[in-house]
Amino acid sequence: MKILVPIKRVVDYNVKVKVNREETGVDLTNVKMAINPFCEIALEEAIRLKEKGIASEVVTVSIGPQVCQEQLRTGLALGADRAILIESEQAPDALSIAKLLRQVVENEQPGLVILGKQAIDSDNNQTGQMLAALLGWPQGTFASKLEVKDNEAWVTREVDGGLQTLALTLPAIVTTDLRLNEPRYASLPNIMKAKRKPIDVIAVADLGIAVNSNVQTIKVTPPAKREAGIKVASVAELVEKLKNEAKVIG
Amino acid sequence: MNVLIYAEHEHGQLKGETAKLLSAAERFAGESHVLVAGDNCQAVAEQVAHLAGVSKVLVAEHSCYAHQLAEPVSQLIEQLASDYDVILAASTTTGKNLLPRVAALLDVNQISDVIEIQTADTFVRPFYAGNAIATVKSLDSKKVLTIRTAAFDSVLNTGQAEIVSLDKVFENGQSRFIDETQTKSARPELTAADVIISGGRGMQSGENFVLLEGIADKLGAAIGASRAAVDAGFVPNDLQVGQTGKIVAPNLYIAVGISGAIQHLAGMKDSKIIVAINKDEDAPIFQVADYGLVGDLFEILPQLEAQL
Ligand SMILES: Cc1cc2nc3c(=O)[nH]c(=O)nc-3n(C[C@H](O)[C@H](O)[C@H](O)COP(=O)(O)OP(=O)(O)OC[C@H]3O[C@@H](n4cnc5c(N)ncnc54)[C@H](O)[C@@H]3O)c2cc1C
Repeated sequence: MKILVPIKRVVDYNVKVKVNREETGVDLTNVKMAINPFCEIALEEAIRLKEKGIASEVVTVSIGPQVCQEQLRTGLALGADRAILIESEQAPDALSIAKLLRQVVENEQPGLVILGKQAIDSDNNQTGQMLAALLGWPQGTFASKLEVKDNEAWVTREVDGGLQTLALTLPAIVTTDLRLNEPRYASLPNIMKAKRKPIDVIAVADLGIAVNSNVQTIKVTPPAKREAGIKVASVAELVEKLKNEAKVIG
Repeated sequence: MNVLIYAEHEHGQLKGETAKLLSAAERFAGESHVLVAGDNCQAVAEQVAHLAGVSKVLVAEHSCYAHQLAEPVSQLIEQLASDYDVILAASTTTGKNLLPRVAALLDVNQISDVIEIQTADTFVRPFYAGNAIATVKSLDSKKVLTIRTAAFDSVLNTGQAEIVSLDKVFENGQSRFIDETQTKSARPELTAADVIISGGRGMQSGENFVLLEGIADKLGAAIGASRAAVDAGFVPNDLQVGQTGKIVAPNLYIAVGISGAIQHLAGMKDSKIIVAINKDEDAPIFQVADYGLVGDLFEILPQLEAQL
């Protein structure tokens, strides 16, 4: 079985982004970029399934400008067998991304697509579910455990009330939550080896799919600023303040 | 513009989000219909019918909707969608699981985590872990939105809507429910609590969370946690507060042994009053705390419990 893992290039999770002066977006000049952490978890899971002999090939794909090759290269160093870049200079909306991925799925015919549950830049949490809808496949979102048995994927999902386990008929879509695994670091020999692995570059136009931007950003502003308060010296002072100043306890 | 709202429920009880989605729906100045899907949900439909602003309750009762799995429920909503301009669900794990699937079936985008509805096509939402707030305009023919219910008030229980049964069935051969483990707690739900006390890696073990429980009992508080505390297995996953966990905005949030990473702040910095208890006086959590207490939590917590 082949596994496809779409990955996104995003700002590194340690960076505290700032809104730009023009209030049109966030300032990303000289900011460290990385594979979205949830996508890294997806890649790790696919690689582990290959190491267990369940998957035969791991293919990773990213949609975006040329520079996304950096993240695909990292994906190859982590253990993906090959990579595809769908090159697109502008940012398509989430539905268009899902449609482009559907085309990749149709070309590659994977038995399983594993994606991150959300990108830490847009915070959308949509792509996997949309792709599942477009393909007519079942979905197991927010996975903290994944087992492939016979023709099914058993997915334990992190839900608001606890955990839920579903059995999905393959082919299926799985999106990852934080507890699924702890991604490895790429070793130096694997980084060297990755330089020789292939990255296929396909222009969006060549896929023959209409790409839209139906969600327009009108304005981006910083959040309401929260001023640091005071330090209290003792528990007694804290309780007194909460009662008489903040009036949040009785 | 007519709005279809997806109602979440559990064990015959309607969840609190629906009442908040109804006040969000008022912004579209049309009729609000609420869909209740499940295998045994007449009682839920009755509860919905009493909420102010509901003009019709649609009930789809069939075993195929048990556990409200995304595959059949999204098909059901797709079938109903032609009558509506707007489809709303809460930004809960259920809403996030379901609604993008609905949007894609309808060939439109979804706007996630809406905190303000400015006009019928312009919405406000946080992104980048709440470090930026975007105003976005949707050019799609239908608006499919997940709503951060903490940003909206509940409507009152003054309604008397008609209940209509649907007989649509979508057999689901693709996904099977196996089991679920629900975290049992007599405490308020995190997203609905007035007071929350959360523990982080500084708690050192799951057993030490009893130190928070005594205080939670006195304050009627819910208990939350940082990702580090969940990853370490101190507490279950559904206690995680943050960018990728639950978003909360109680009157009082007490962070104990939590450093205040961007991802944690994203989930709680809209709380009215924030208290931080941490032994490191430079911990970033103090930058958002109204009241900070520097010290060892193992000494402070018993004192706090005693003095409340
Ligand atoms: C993709 C992604 C998503 C994430 N999503 C979330 C999320 O939703 N929610 C979330 O919380 N995190 C999230 N994180 C993790 C986040 O980056 C931090 O790692 C995490 O919040 C740290 O948890 P913590 O504050 O408990 O632990 P630490 O950062 O280790 O802080 C522990 C604190 O406890 C204090 N302490 C220790 N002992 C004592 C004592 N005896 N008395 C008093 N104080 C003490 C220390 O001074 C320290 O400040 C995410 C990370 C990534 C990459």
